[in-house]
Amino acid sequence: MPEIKVTPLGAGQDVGRSCILVSIGGKNIMLDCGMHMGYNDDRRFPDFSYITQNGRLTEFLDCVIISHFHLDHCGALPYMSEMVGYDGPIYMTHPTKAICPILLEDFRKITVDKKGETNFFTSQMIKDCMKKVIPLNLHQTVQVDDELEIKAYYAGHVLGAAMVHIKVGSESVVYTGDYNMTPDRHLGAAWIDKCRPDILISESTYATTIRDSKRCRERDFLKKVHESIERGGKVLIPVFALGRAQELCILLETFWERMNLKAPIYFSTGLTEKANHYYKLFITWTNQKIRKTFVQRNMFEFKHIKAFDRSYADNPGPMVVFATPGMLHAGQSLQIFKKWAGNEKNMVIMPGYCVQGTIGHKILNGQRKLEMEGRATLDVKLQVEYMSFSAHADAKGIMQLIRMAEPRNMLLVHGEAVKMEFLKGKIEQEFSINCYMPANGETTTVTTNPSVPVDISLNLLKREMALGGTVCYGDGFLVSSEQALKELGLNEHQLRFTCRVQLQDPHSDPDTLHRIYTHLKSVLKGYTIQHLPDGTVMVESIVIKVSSSAEDPNTKVLLLSWSYQVTFLRC
Amino acid sequence: RKTYLSPAKKLRLSKPSKSAALHVDLCKATNSTDALQYLLQFARKPVEAESVEGVVRILLEHYYKETDTSVRLKIASLLGLLSKTQGFRPDCIVDDIINTLCNEKSHQVLAQLLDTLLVVGTELPDSPAVRQRLVQVSCKHLSDTYFGVRNKCLQLLGCVGTVDAPLSKDVRDVQSIISDYFGDQDPRVRTAALKAMACRLLSDDYEQVRSAAVQMVWVLSQLYPESIVPIPSSNEEIRLVDDAFGKISHMVSDGSWMVRVQAAKTLGSMLQVSPHFLEQTLDKKLMSDLRRKRTAHERAKELFASGEFSSGRKWADDAPKEKLDTNTVNLIASGACGAFVHGLEDEMFEVRIAAVEALCQLARSSPTFAEKCLDFLVDMFNDEIEEVRLQSIHVLRQISTHITLREDQLDTVLAVLEDSSRDIREALHELLCYTNVSTKECIQLALLELLKNLNKYPTDRNSVWKCLKFLGSRHPTLVLPLVPELLSTHPYFDTPEPDMDDPAYIAVLVLVFNAAKSCPTMPALFSDHTFRHYAYLRDSLSHLVPPLRVLGLDPVDSGSASGSVESAQLFLQQSLNRISTIQNLEAPGAQDLLNFTIRDVQRLGHLQTQLSGAADFCATYLRCQLLLMKALQEKLWNMAVPLCLKQNVTATAAARQILEETYKLEFLYGGLENRQIATIHHVRLQAKALQLILSARTRQGLDPLISSCEKFLQEIEAFQRSFLTELPHLHDSFVDKLLELKPRISACSSVELVKILQTTLRQSGLLQLRLPEQIHRATATIIEPTGESDNPLRFTSGLVVALDIDATLEHVQDPQNTVKVQVLYPDGQSHVIHPKPGDFRKPGADRHRLITQVYLSHTAWTEPSQIEVRLLLSYSSASSSLSSSKHLGWSDSSDGLQSPEAVVEGTIPFSKPVKVFIMPKPARR
Repeated sequence: MPEIKVTPLGAGQDVGRSCILVSIGGKNIMLDCGMHMGYNDDRRFPDFSYITQNGRLTEFLDCVIISHFHLDHCGALPYMSEMVGYDGPIYMTHPTKAICPILLEDFRKITVDKKGETNFFTSQMIKDCMKKVIPLNLHQTVQVDDELEIKAYYAGHVLGAAMVHIKVGSESVVYTGDYNMTPDRHLGAAWIDKCRPDILISESTYATTIRDSKRCRERDFLKKVHESIERGGKVLIPVFALGRAQELCILLETFWERMNLKAPIYFSTGLTEKANHYYKLFITWTNQKIRKTFVQRNMFEFKHIKAFDRSYADNPGPMVVFATPGMLHAGQSLQIFKKWAGNEKNMVIMPGYCVQGTIGHKILNGQRKLEMEGRATLDVKLQVEYMSFSAHADAKGIMQLIRMAEPRNMLLVHGEAVKMEFLKGKIEQEFSINCYMPANGETTTVTTNPSVPVDISLNLLKREMALGGTVCYGDGFLVSSEQALKELGLNEHQLRFTCRVQLQDPHSDPDTLHRIYTHLKSVLKGYTIQHLPDGTVMVESIVIKVSSSAEDPNTKVLLLSWSYQVTFLRC
Repeated sequence: RKTYLSPAKKLRLSKPSKSAALHVDLCKATNSTDALQYLLQFARKPVEAESVEGVVRILLEHYYKETDTSVRLKIASLLGLLSKTQGFRPDCIVDDIINTLCNEKSHQVLAQLLDTLLVVGTELPDSPAVRQRLVQVSCKHLSDTYFGVRNKCLQLLGCVGTVDAPLSKDVRDVQSIISDYFGDQDPRVRTAALKAMACRLLSDDYEQVRSAAVQMVWVLSQLYPESIVPIPSSNEEIRLVDDAFGKISHMVSDGSWMVRVQAAKTLGSMLQVSPHFLEQTLDKKLMSDLRRKRTAHERAKELFASGEFSSGRKWADDAPKEKLDTNTVNLIASGACGAFVHGLEDEMFEVRIAAVEALCQLARSSPTFAEKCLDFLVDMFNDEIEEVRLQSIHVLRQISTHITLREDQLDTVLAVLEDSSRDIREALHELLCYTNVSTKECIQLALLELLKNLNKYPTDRNSVWKCLKFLGSRHPTLVLPLVPELLSTHPYFDTPEPDMDDPAYIAVLVLVFNAAKSCPTMPALFSDHTFRHYAYLRDSLSHLVPPLRVLGLDPVDSGSASGSVESAQLFLQQSLNRISTIQNLEAPGAQDLLNFTIRDVQRLGHLQTQLSGAADFCATYLRCQLLLMKALQEKLWNMAVPLCLKQNVTATAAARQILEETYKLEFLYGGLENRQIATIHHVRLQAKALQLILSARTRQGLDPLISSCEKFLQEIEAFQRSFLTELPHLHDSFVDKLLELKPRISACSSVELVKILQTTLRQSGLLQLRLPEQIHRATATIIEPTGESDNPLRFTSGLVVALDIDATLEHVQDPQNTVKVQVLYPDGQSHVIHPKPGDFRKPGADRHRLITQVYLSHTAWTEPSQIEVRLLLSYSSASSSLSSSKHLGWSDSSDGLQSPEAVVEGTIPFSKPVKVFIMPKPARR
């Protein structure tokens, strides 16, 4: 039976450094090649030595597919392709291809230039790596080689995120990457057709969460900002440059437009300029509203949102500022925070999760006095709000996707083991399909039952349907045995099995034979048993002969002979 | 002998010849194309019921002989058409068709024949024998290899084999036969199978199939809502409509948005569903890390109940509470669970709109559900697409009778008042008119937000005032405790008198006065100036300020509303009846009578607003009659022309005026019947006759006279043609008399004609006017510009300035094509501007709103001056209600039946002109 093997090198019962190996129909595919944000040592990248101890990966992998541009899905790509060595094709969608190098370069700068690490990939390596990338379009079927084909589906999550359908022959696997089943202000919902893959590899970040309606959160957010602005306060929103930031920008921009507000909104520059440019370009990857209205006005050409300058922070009057980074641990957002923290009219809105130890985490937990470097303390008088905007599918969303795709097996990655356990149980219960959740380095094997297509001439089919039994021959084309022999120029051979049985019998040979004949006749009723004149007994097609051994006439040797078809039938 | 035959006899004689002609034609046809041609020709003509059978026989005869499939196909389709003939029972041809079916080889013809049988089957719903035969035939052909044949068989089965009619034992149950074909390899056959009977192909791969399945499930649920169905895998049983509701709810999260739209729409029409299931659609259990979480809605409600006002100040106030048992969590929504939660969050706005509409329909029939869906609708006010926001506001208004808004909900609703879209704001004002609120804080909040809105968008003035009017009259007891604060009165001190022209102050007063109407204790809290302001506002904004019984002021004359509509109508009728005696009166008396009646009727229209349209109509009609009478009674008819030039001029003017008035009568009033239109046209004819006579008298030369005489004759003919049915009612009128003399008129010379006209005109009496049920006068009111501003609109000459126009139109049909804006400059220049169709909105039945901009421009003036802006109703006699009521098809127009009457086009001003001060300055060099 053919098998599909799935081995996570990262993201198996874990979040971060997504990297999953799939062997299907003799092809090896790597899905995503990410890094782990939590580690600064070797554990940050997937362990490629699992594939091969030494040397390059090219001959072991048929292709690499990157689902989206987040670093935990593409961060290890230059390392793998340039430093470990891989020259095969890398597939990603157009937006991912555009934005990915910007993020990689930024990541490299921080690690090498700021932290001073060595033995890291260089700018040139990023460029070389991107040269190997082949862009994908949505719903476009790409032949990687004669047998392997891949097709991308829309996944929501971030601009250009895709789910991939990988197919070899009639076996197939779908890898979701990260996806979102509820639309947001700039992206649509993930969608896949009923492709019935053998395995659906799905992320499961929110395996144990069912989320509230997005609208409530948006309304709360807008209300808070609006109230603060009306009071004359300043609002600081610390964000990471890509993804959520754009969503919040659109949210505020449309709200400003609708409500005819005049207070300025600023976005601290940096990556954002470049990224916004790509958001403007890839309109087809956004949601219905933006797609429909971009002819009149591109939603990413913000009317109210302007670039931020350091000096603006001291301007009087209300304003809203988006600043990086998102957890208030450094950079511009921290500077602005320090300036504004003293005034209770101001507000800071944390739109996402904050890691322990950052200022963001501290103030979210209600700390009102912060110790800054140099023994200075900072009184936090401004209001602190928390808003969760996250673009992963929740438990219901995952179930919805399963219902859409109708897979035969399910495999969970990119989530915590305990949560996966729960979802696994639910999936097995609701859909009665197998669900796997391998840890890193653990291989899951799924046997498939692919249908093998064969051609057959109509005459032969009709004949064989009437008679039964046929012979298969070469290249998926069925021909009759006679024709096969003719084409090969061979004679027909008969294969017979023989067997000797010795028994003690004083009678003469014909007598013995006759006794056997009568015995068999009494025992095997319903079979045709013949006593032939040439001294043999035929039971159906089995021939029985009797001869006496040379040494002892009392020892008779029974010779049984039957054709191979009979064995076949007995089996 | 010919004259002896009755028309029926004639018909019967003609039809054998007709079928015979077909027979001959078909025999003549040498090749199949010819035969096809004949058949096509034949198909265009109608066949009488009696002759159908003969024709069918002939067709069948040819059918058996025919070798070409396309001809056979055509014949088969003709058979179907013929079976539809009124009064023909097709049971006699069933056997024939079934016979041909058995011998037919071509799949296409087979399908067509089955289609014919389908027609026959629908024509004979009450004949079980035929049905049974048809079921047998279709079962036999279900095994055909061609999908079209299978399709038709399934359709036939679905049509004739109804569920409630038990079939004979040897024939299998129809449902099970059809359900066998759900697994057919061809998607088209599957669609047909579903259309024949519903089932569970809701999870098919093809979206068309799923879509059809949704429809079928719905149809079934509507047909047998109460039948009980078992739930598989358990021994419970539920109503079919509930089961269907659950299944369709499931489709709201389908992969294809078309199916989702349809599912959401369908849900809205399933009103019989039990409340328990209905409420599940809004249910969504939240959890976080396997702990139960409360939704934001629940939190808001709790906060409200606990008395805390603002929310969300705390980090992690949505922290999950109790731990959930993993076994009880249901991730796949079973049944209706959360269908609307999904629908309202959908990616495609079409689905969201459909969901909102469905919510509306369901909520209107179930108050408890209305209460529950409130939170969700309020959330939709924040949608990214304006259409959806607008729709949800409208929906909330429609269900507002069932609900009372909580303070936090009201807060969210009011936030939308700052929206920059005028439509949204006005929809919201309308919503607030109908909203019930629970506390006085809510009233205060609403007032505050409305005043803010007024401040930000001053153009909303009228809408805001109107909104406050309703808010006040709905909640008098809630307003009462707020009065001192609102009017800023103080028990000991006199407070400064507010500015009377401040729109915000007027808004507050409107609220207070309307509340005071049903709260007699309130006026005691007013200060002196409030009473003065009341008197002023009651006068200037009488539609917003109700009459109050206020100390020191005479109760306003309220007699106007006391009379009942019936008595007013009676009075109107009596006045009209009185007019009919006019013939017997002498000239001065008759004129006086008309004058008085006109005055009475007009006054009645003012008093009884419901009858104002009818009264106006009568008055105008009578005025026409009066003018006509005056013109005819001038002495001029007895004198030589040069002696009475002056009278001649007045008579000509009268004729022209009557013509104008008749156009007004015809096009300005809605609800006219053919009878009234005939009467109006009659008056018009009289006026034209008058014009003709006058021009004959004054002008020299025969040629122009001859042509105008001819024109007049044509008009008489046109009148006769179009009002043939009305002629009996016009007995003894001008036209009646003319038609009597018609042979003479058409023969005589033009001079003679004029003489005849003159005598008939003077002899003919007044035509009695009969009023239809309802007459509405088209009216328009320009709200913006108000014409009050003293500040001229300054602009550089040669450039343009845009003037915002906001007007309400009532009882105007098709305003997009008829309403125009006219701008009159002081120098007599006038511009007519045609507003864009998008500028018209329709806030209610028979009401339209025109919000547009007109561009003004002029050469430089030395000082500001006023221009006039008004609305015109354009008409054209070609599109008169007359021809549209007759519904002439396109095909008929080519026959030359259309009147040669020249199309008259014109405009009627139907709004009061508004003066706008403008000042074009010379351009600076």
